[in-house]
Amino acid sequence: MIQAHDLPRLLHGDTGRPLTLAQHEATFPIGARPGGLFEELEASGLTGRGGAAFPTARKVRLLREQRNHHKFVVVNAMEGEPGAHKDQSLLSANPHLVLDGAEYLAAMIGAKNIAVAVARDNPSVVNHVTRALHERERRHDRGAKFELHTPPWRYVAGEESALVHWLDDNESLPQYRPQRPTILRIGHGPVLVDNAETCANVGLIGRYGAAWFRAHGTEQSPGTTLVSVTGAVARPTVAEVPLGTTLREILALAGADPDPLALVMGGYGGSWLDGRHLDLPYANETLAPYGVGVGAGIIVVLSRAGCGVVETHRIVRWMANESARQCGPCAFGLPALAEDLGHLAHATRDAAAAYQRLVERAGVIEGRGACRHPDGVVRFVRSSLAVFAADFEGHRHGAACAGAQSRRHFAAVPTLEREDELIWE
Amino acid sequence: MGMRRRTGGFVLAVNPIQCDGFGHCTELAPDLVRLDEWGYPIIDKTPVALSNLSALESARLAVRGCPRQALRIERVSDLPEGPAHRA
Ligand code: SF4
Ligand code: SF4
Repeated sequence: MIQAHDLPRLLHGDTGRPLTLAQHEATFPIGARPGGLFEELEASGLTGRGGAAFPTARKVRLLREQRNHHKFVVVNAMEGEPGAHKDQSLLSANPHLVLDGAEYLAAMIGAKNIAVAVARDNPSVVNHVTRALHERERRHDRGAKFELHTPPWRYVAGEESALVHWLDDNESLPQYRPQRPTILRIGHGPVLVDNAETCANVGLIGRYGAAWFRAHGTEQSPGTTLVSVTGAVARPTVAEVPLGTTLREILALAGADPDPLALVMGGYGGSWLDGRHLDLPYANETLAPYGVGVGAGIIVVLSRAGCGVVETHRIVRWMANESARQCGPCAFGLPALAEDLGHLAHATRDAAAAYQRLVERAGVIEGRGACRHPDGVVRFVRSSLAVFAADFEGHRHGAACAGAQSRRHFAAVPTLEREDELIWE
Repeated sequence: MGMRRRTGGFVLAVNPIQCDGFGHCTELAPDLVRLDEWGYPIIDKTPVALSNLSALESARLAVRGCPRQALRIERVSDLPEGPAHRA
């Protein structure tokens, strides 16, 4: 058994190849969970690792209360963020831990079906999951039935309502949900969607219980978490750290620039954090006062050789392209923000006017999409205006900073070649 | 028996996926809806008191007049006290 203080947990036994079912059972033997499954989950204080950090037990409770015989558990491993590699690492190391967690969730809510969603653009992960599911199929002692689904990769395809829409109707488009929390459905069946890393944590809690789980992490953010660190780093890394580890320690694990200009925190729908704050503990309660959060477990390091205005423009332009184009304010508003940022990044003659427009448009767009995609972009833009205030000041008056002139880029942004191929299935 | 007071409020809510941005709603309910630069409706999310009959009537007109059936009137049971709500 893994001791409570051992690290890593989620990536325990990682050999570079996914553990087989037999290896998995030897590595993670069923332990002595002190209490009932749901009670332990509740006591563990586990929060969702997909971005929203919603208490997992509360979601489970909502689904438990539904009287319906056709409930589903959906394991979300779509990983829409370009800087994210954690679900991939997890499923390439311990796929069965994720699947165990999904089974525990299914048992708790009374679901007969579990859908595992992995982007088809990531064939190695699809293979790992396929193999793991085959291994489990050969033993007929399991409750819920697994099915693998492979929607095409898009940023919003991993948004939970878009994912459920895909499973229900083969369309990766977010749904309009005027009331929240909404229970998403496949057919008439209520659906519990949880991120792959969340499921893996449930897999551990189901074995070893809440007290074991809480041996790492903080009071409010218990447990460990996977962080994808990219950008100005020696080696892009997925690290498993206890929540509450300082940013400085996390960056060191990736051999990152020790004195960065800023960090993208949470993802491209997250926020910028000034590089001075490296002593902050990595947990939502300590990050929130700085306007950032753990989000989808992404940190992108921007070196002082780069330019925050340019990076913001590159990221927002890509995010605008990733709009599902169902809603006017998102479909038209985000490209408009990107265009304004373009003027600023290149410090054109229109930059001063573009700055005004950018601020106004951000206010107009916020809260007007069916999903939170535009809100994420607006938050990202606003954090950029705050963190890079001095650089924006220069850029808007026609003086691009040295970083912008160096043309060095740090944030990974997929090429926009697919722009004309934007076909929503 | 006195008149029953209408308590609570409403918001006019738009389903942004349905909405096509033709902008009929701003003509039917100019006091509740304005358009952004791309022609899509901007509707204040602060509830309006149900006792404001003219606002309620124009909201109804907008709901009926929307060619995409994108608008709904959502009842809000408790109006926030103070200056936040519009009478
Ligand atoms: S807000 Fe944007 S991404 Fe979300 S559903 Fe509407 S168009 Fe699609
Ligand atoms: S009338 Fe309906 S479709 Fe037209 S802009 Fe208003 S809400 Fe949108």
